[in-house]
Amino acid sequence: MKHLLTTLAAAAAMLTLGAANADGELFIYNWTEYTPPELIAKFEKESGIKVSVDTYDSNETLLAKLQAGATGYDIVVPSQNFVPIMINEGLIQKVGVHKLPNFKNLAERWAYPEWDPKQEYSGPWQWGTTSFSFNSELYSGKGSSLKEFFEPSDEVMGRLSVFQTPDEVVSLANIYLGIPFCSEDAKQMKKIQDMLVKQKEFVVAYNSETMSDLLASGEAMMTNHWSGYSRLGRLTGAPIVYAYPKEGVVGWYDSMVVPTSAKNVENAKKFMNFMMDPVNMAMLTENQGYGDAVKGTAAYYSDELKTAPEINPPSDLKVFFAPTCSPRAQSLIDKVWTKVMQ
Amino acid sequence: MSDWLPKSAAGKRWLGLAPSYFVIGIFMLVPMIIMGVFSFLEPNPYGGVKPVGSFAAYVKIFFEYDLEDQLVFNPGYINIIFRSFQLSFGATLLCLVFGFPVAYYITLQPENRRNFYIYLVTIPFWTNLLIRTFAWIIILGRGGVIETPLLATGIIEKSLRMMYTDGAIAIGLTYSYLPLMVLPIYASLEKLDFRLLEAASDLYANRFEVMTKVVIPLCKPGIIAGCLLVFIPCLGAFIAPNLLGGGKKLMLGSLVQFQFASARNWPFGAALSMLLLSAVVIVLIFYARAAKNRAAMEGSA
Repeated sequence: MKHLLTTLAAAAAMLTLGAANADGELFIYNWTEYTPPELIAKFEKESGIKVSVDTYDSNETLLAKLQAGATGYDIVVPSQNFVPIMINEGLIQKVGVHKLPNFKNLAERWAYPEWDPKQEYSGPWQWGTTSFSFNSELYSGKGSSLKEFFEPSDEVMGRLSVFQTPDEVVSLANIYLGIPFCSEDAKQMKKIQDMLVKQKEFVVAYNSETMSDLLASGEAMMTNHWSGYSRLGRLTGAPIVYAYPKEGVVGWYDSMVVPTSAKNVENAKKFMNFMMDPVNMAMLTENQGYGDAVKGTAAYYSDELKTAPEINPPSDLKVFFAPTCSPRAQSLIDKVWTKVMQ
Repeated sequence: MSDWLPKSAAGKRWLGLAPSYFVIGIFMLVPMIIMGVFSFLEPNPYGGVKPVGSFAAYVKIFFEYDLEDQLVFNPGYINIIFRSFQLSFGATLLCLVFGFPVAYYITLQPENRRNFYIYLVTIPFWTNLLIRTFAWIIILGRGGVIETPLLATGIIEKSLRMMYTDGAIAIGLTYSYLPLMVLPIYASLEKLDFRLLEAASDLYANRFEVMTKVVIPLCKPGIIAGCLLVFIPCLGAFIAPNLLGGGKKLMLGSLVQFQFASARNWPFGAALSMLLLSAVVIVLIFYARAAKNRAAMEGSA
């Protein structure tokens, strides 16, 4: 018995030692292809902290993982409408982002946002828009209205690709039909459902990953797309044009937050502070091509990025940021999507 | 030291098997129990479950609340389940059509070469299924491996549009699970006494009759096992339907995945999984019973 106790004590001591060693680590859980390796290398070199990156494909996946009790992540990057959910569910913790030295660099427009009014939880990553893109060699339209995406002309038959998860598709439909976001009115949602069911006749695939490939190969001539991701497709040489429809586009703002179960909170704060330095944030924006929320980054942009149409929208573009939907509104969205998918 | 060890043979056997009971218990039963329990709870609106008992998840499979909040029959999910069964059945049939000749061919090879062929059959398992399914996009897709030469030589004038169709899903599933059909059929053919084939020929059976009346009945257990091994994973598959079918028609696997991620209705996802599980168990019970009857018949003969 005594022997057992000593063994246990030794094991416990080893566990604590292990924890002490973990001081030099940081685990980031981010969207696919959203964490430039050169940025991580720079942070590792400056801080001496070893960074590991794991990836997910949607806010829903991230939320489900955290809800299921996944541990070991120090930084995750949800969109603005998921931040309040994670706060309410107790999944992320206050780290006092507003107290970090580089917080002063945050652009006024994005400081103390409505989803984190005291800026206790979230530090900036990227913000961008969701709309649609088309292959300008195949498609004859201009992409000037969401009608071209939701009620396409016959040339698009069997050549349209739509995102695989409902959130942004339904939000765009809200904008097109003039229905408020997160509507709890079943009749309004029925209108969206009918429209999406009709749109399905034109759809070749529901896809949220390989949109640019679909456009480049011509498998699709029009697809749902994110602004910066569309730019990356265009930079590979495909004739991809990101559309700015007159009705407006969906906006989103992704930010870094620290899960309640994080082990390396101090390192997470160091990384957040690092990202609010304009040099580093410019590196991220250069790689991703979305917008950033840090002052002074433009000085570090390449000429290509400065003039990229994907991050320089027309000045009269309407951008709508979706709020967190109530459970009732969310269940209507899910009902609509399940009906469309049947 | 040894006084706590069981004395009886049964006790010793139990002790020897204890590690496997433990592993099966932890890795198989516990997740299944969690799934079963979750299916009888209420969903938490933002993922997870509320500890409140409810049958709502099972009711939802067949009924829905319409706009006036009346409970009405909803064929939507049944359609998805039916479609999954249809597609799995098709893929199983294709696997059998392609898998049986392969297994038969391997059996006819000299013994030293057979193992090498079997080894070749297992090669696809060395890489991730997701990557292999992606490869099919390159094979079937527009400007892909099949189309490009046909277009270049003028055999076809415009794209065949093979990707994002039910056919592409069937090809993907057949490709994914073909080895699971070949291996059990080979295992039963390998034991086949080939003198029986000669005997059948001596009794004026033609080649077709030798196949249908001797070979196939004798390797029936292998065929049935192969069909089950293909059919069951096909029912829950979601990689091929999503990547090759374009996710246009929900399959049971994608529907379950959708409930846990997007729709955040874990109990409903769990209930659907339980339904899938019961379907599989029912099929297996029939299989076990048929096997028992066969054994009894052979015993009395």
